[in-house]
Amino acid sequence: MNARIPNPIRPAFTSTEHEDHVLVNIGPSHPATHGTIQIVAELDGEKIVRTDVHCGYLHRGFEKECEDHTWHNLIPYVDRLNYCSALINDFAYCDAVEQLMGVEVTPRTRYLRTLLAEYSRIADHLTCIAASLMELGAMTAFLYLVMIRDYIYEHIADLTGARVTYSFGRIGGLARDLPDGWLKRLEEILVQYDDFVGRVHGLVDRNRIFIDRTRDVGVISTAEAINWGYTGPILRSTGAPRDLRKDTPYLAYAELDFQVPVGIKGDNYDRYYVRMREMDESVHMIRQLVDLLAATPGPINVDDRRCTFPEKAHVYTEIESLINHFKLVMDGPRVPAGEIYVAHEGANGELGFFLVSDGSGTPYKVHVRSPSFVHMGGAHRMLDGYQLADLIPTFGSINMIGGECDR
Amino acid sequence: MPVLDRLQQSVAALAESAAQAHGVLVLQVAPAGVLPLVRRLKSDLGFDLLLDVTAIDWIGQAPRFEVVWHFYSTTDRVRVRVKARVTEQDPTVDSLVAHYGSARYMERECHEMYGIVFRGNDDLRPILLYEGFVGHPLRKDYPKRQEQPLIPYREGWE
Repeated sequence: MNARIPNPIRPAFTSTEHEDHVLVNIGPSHPATHGTIQIVAELDGEKIVRTDVHCGYLHRGFEKECEDHTWHNLIPYVDRLNYCSALINDFAYCDAVEQLMGVEVTPRTRYLRTLLAEYSRIADHLTCIAASLMELGAMTAFLYLVMIRDYIYEHIADLTGARVTYSFGRIGGLARDLPDGWLKRLEEILVQYDDFVGRVHGLVDRNRIFIDRTRDVGVISTAEAINWGYTGPILRSTGAPRDLRKDTPYLAYAELDFQVPVGIKGDNYDRYYVRMREMDESVHMIRQLVDLLAATPGPINVDDRRCTFPEKAHVYTEIESLINHFKLVMDGPRVPAGEIYVAHEGANGELGFFLVSDGSGTPYKVHVRSPSFVHMGGAHRMLDGYQLADLIPTFGSINMIGGECDR
Repeated sequence: MPVLDRLQQSVAALAESAAQAHGVLVLQVAPAGVLPLVRRLKSDLGFDLLLDVTAIDWIGQAPRFEVVWHFYSTTDRVRVRVKARVTEQDPTVDSLVAHYGSARYMERECHEMYGIVFRGNDDLRPILLYEGFVGHPLRKDYPKRQEQPLIPYREGWE
């Protein structure tokens, strides 16, 4: 038999504070820890005294790999950060590169990106809420929500060719425009969404079991949430209306009418409700964007040979276009030397890209400020002092996504 | 006066240089100047959210490393970037754990990836990597293809 594999982690504590307490190791492959997370917990009976949260089991060396590829080639990689809402990653990354290059996308692309980002946010929140409810035993609500999510996945596959990781963003635009009938199907799905999310509200909101399991569990205050770097739905659940789409508008958000839902006390119930309400706001935004798109014809890609590929027909017939194409593939788009930090409101919080360019077609450094990783750093504040059984719903409500957390 | 101009004026004395780029106030400081600047940013200017800690490896330059922090003010809704150059021989800066809880995890990541030492953070255990990992993989002189598998490969594989 193989030699014993060394322990990959060194727990922060190896003995208990009290002789009656026990140390329990949870994860990294516990079925209810959505990603591969490891929690070393000291228990007093069923109560969690303290926890030591470890991540990194899904680390793929994303940032190292990025330094070895052209700016274009990274788009499939950024898809795999938060794979529940991959398009938001695509657009945040492309936006950062475009700002560094001084490229401004066309109005149609701006609206399309906004629409797809909100559509992805719905898919992400549906995943989070559905899984959290299922872990509390609400199978029907789970099936209702993932059914809608699957409609969305299939629908985005009609546009991009893939269900989960789309590689759909392009520096300076998008891979393609909408196919015929796509917006008609979108409205059908939104009607179904209204129906089934309404049913989930009816099943869950005033459900005694659900309230007992989530109200006053995993509470975090606004001041603590900010101290621990929380952003997104978790910060909003504490009552702070902080949303980058309102605070530092990007894409087309300044033109849209929407509200920022907030919670009351920052517990698991508030995080459930904030996400439910945010999806409604996203649907409201998508309907406005459908109208805006109807009045905004193409083009999709900017007319800038530094980043946009020439038409295939020209590549085959003109030497300039052939060389342009060749240079974009082999050398990558030349991004002026400099550094930039661009953040979009991801489904989980502030998703920031810190890019450093040395002027070549390959990034000098790509750093992702991933909300999941920062949230894991403060997760013990929401776990300690509650029951062991509360760990699962609380962890679910943080919605840690392994790909984004561990990179 | 625009928010960033006002902020730039009020911290310019604490920084070696202050400039605005892509909507962010960029402050360059000496390693010893990080804590005084951060105290002012946090207590007087409302930068209550520490967003990010990372470093850049300018290999071949001296000082070699540049530690980069991003802060956000939830009142003024602007970001500031603080940068400090540290040498390869002594890649040490002061930790911000006493001011921001979120620094704890992010400094651990920056430590394992670049070997930056955060003075005052007593928990610099590996976070994305594992115990016993040798070297700092995001340094430019760490070969991309180098492998340190925890579990040995089966014979005949590779």
